[in-house]
Amino acid sequence: MSVPDPRGPGEARPGALPVLLPFALPEDRAAVRLRPAHLWLLAGLALVAVPAWAQGGGGALSPLEVVIKWAPLLLTGFAFNVAISLMAMAIGTVAGIGLGLAMLAEGWILPRLAWCTTQVFRNVPWLVLLFFVMFLVPFQVTVFGIRVPLPDWVKATFGFSLPVMANVAEIVRGAVRSVPNTQWEAAESLAFTRRQTLWRIILPQCAKRMLPPWMNVYALIAMATVQASIVGVTEMLTLTAQVHAAEGGRPELFAPLYGFALLCFFLYCYPIDRFTAALERRFETR
Amino acid sequence: MTRATLAATPPPSWTPDQPIVRLADVHKSFGSFEVLKGISFDVRKGEVVCIIGPSGSGKSTLIRCINALVPVSAGSIQVEGIDVTDPRLDKLALRRKVGMVFQQYNLFPHKTALQNVMMAPIHVLGQDRREVEARARILLAKVRLAGKEDAYPGELSGGQQQRVAIARSLAMRPDVMLFDEVTAALDPETVKEVLVTIRELAEEGMTCMLVTHEMNFARDVADHIYFTDRGVIVEHGPPATFFASAQDERTRRFLSQVL
Repeated sequence: MSVPDPRGPGEARPGALPVLLPFALPEDRAAVRLRPAHLWLLAGLALVAVPAWAQGGGGALSPLEVVIKWAPLLLTGFAFNVAISLMAMAIGTVAGIGLGLAMLAEGWILPRLAWCTTQVFRNVPWLVLLFFVMFLVPFQVTVFGIRVPLPDWVKATFGFSLPVMANVAEIVRGAVRSVPNTQWEAAESLAFTRRQTLWRIILPQCAKRMLPPWMNVYALIAMATVQASIVGVTEMLTLTAQVHAAEGGRPELFAPLYGFALLCFFLYCYPIDRFTAALERRFETR
Repeated sequence: MTRATLAATPPPSWTPDQPIVRLADVHKSFGSFEVLKGISFDVRKGEVVCIIGPSGSGKSTLIRCINALVPVSAGSIQVEGIDVTDPRLDKLALRRKVGMVFQQYNLFPHKTALQNVMMAPIHVLGQDRREVEARARILLAKVRLAGKEDAYPGELSGGQQQRVAIARSLAMRPDVMLFDEVTAALDPETVKEVLVTIRELAEEGMTCMLVTHEMNFARDVADHIYFTDRGVIVEHGPPATFFASAQDERTRRFLSQVL
């Protein structure tokens, strides 16, 4: 039997049971702190373990076993996605810097032409661009009598590099425009040519500013590479569908197999996203 | 007012006994707004000229016309015989002769003070890096910034940045220096250090054209003062007579406000 303390529960009294004291969490362990690493772990576990546990048994392989069995193949496909995205990014970045600088060039025709190109490739669905490239570019080209085959993945890479180019061009243009005009004036009055001003004074100042949006474009293109499956490129999503079919198309395999693909992309793109955000914060405070 | 004769052909060669800068009936319009309505005067080598006047009277525009940052609408400007208004003007050749310092310093923020001073001689004039560096260090010492060579503009005070900007301009060995309200953005206590630098420059014989609101400086250092209002030169003269006996009503009103 307990007697209510007339002095209230908050006041410590010699001999009082700790249980009677007001409940307060120590600061450093106030709640379960979910860190990104925990989330990935939980997500991974849930994706493979829950369906496996719910639907396991019987003669067929459990979903977990299926995923493990096919993981090497699926990861090869994922590596292909990464390779396509990296190459598309490289080609698109080089072309995009050129296009962006063309938009900033002096003269009448070149900037307008570059601007139109940028707007077209920025404002159409990537998938439609991909279709165009797949069906308009021949499967091989002959250069000086040498036949160069153009496999589907090469065409897809080229297709993805087009929106990258347009977006990078816009990033370059925006970054250069963000440098105050007074920098151009100062360089001009020191007899720098326009080209020298751009390469030695303007671009070095805005290169840092271009990095976060550029990485954003990369994360988007990495995720978009699965669209290549629609045009028949054997990348991760294509392989996932084939594995699913090879395992008899069992409905309970759907979630684990595609969940594995989701997980791969998430684990790849999330750190890029975090890193981008961190860079953005750092450049903001400077 | 010394009115430059509008010669039919530009002088074939310029000699130092001729005015180094000649403005003849310079007009400048932005759209329908006429900022400069016929400005004419000459500046001789080694002269220090101050252009004063109320805000919006076209002083900054005028000084920007001289190194072709702003194209003139009509009239002619000559710098050492180079016709600035010629459509085939070699702007780079002109700007190698004319240095300019701005109100907002406009240093290159990604370069140190020393690099700011070194950039143009190296990349524009193609001079030897080691020689340029040695000279840049001397120039920074001259503007009393020895020890600040490796500081970035963001780490320097306004007055220090402005002195780096002066050194940067001098590194090109210009024949004329243009100063566009170079102390207007500075704290009062740092104005002096910049003015001292300009005064030393003037005493060494550098031809200087300043747009300024520093009347005491103009009185002490200038050889000639031009008072502009609404796009025209209202009155001008050597400081002694200009400040003592201004004739025009507008000049007197302006001087009574700023002195």
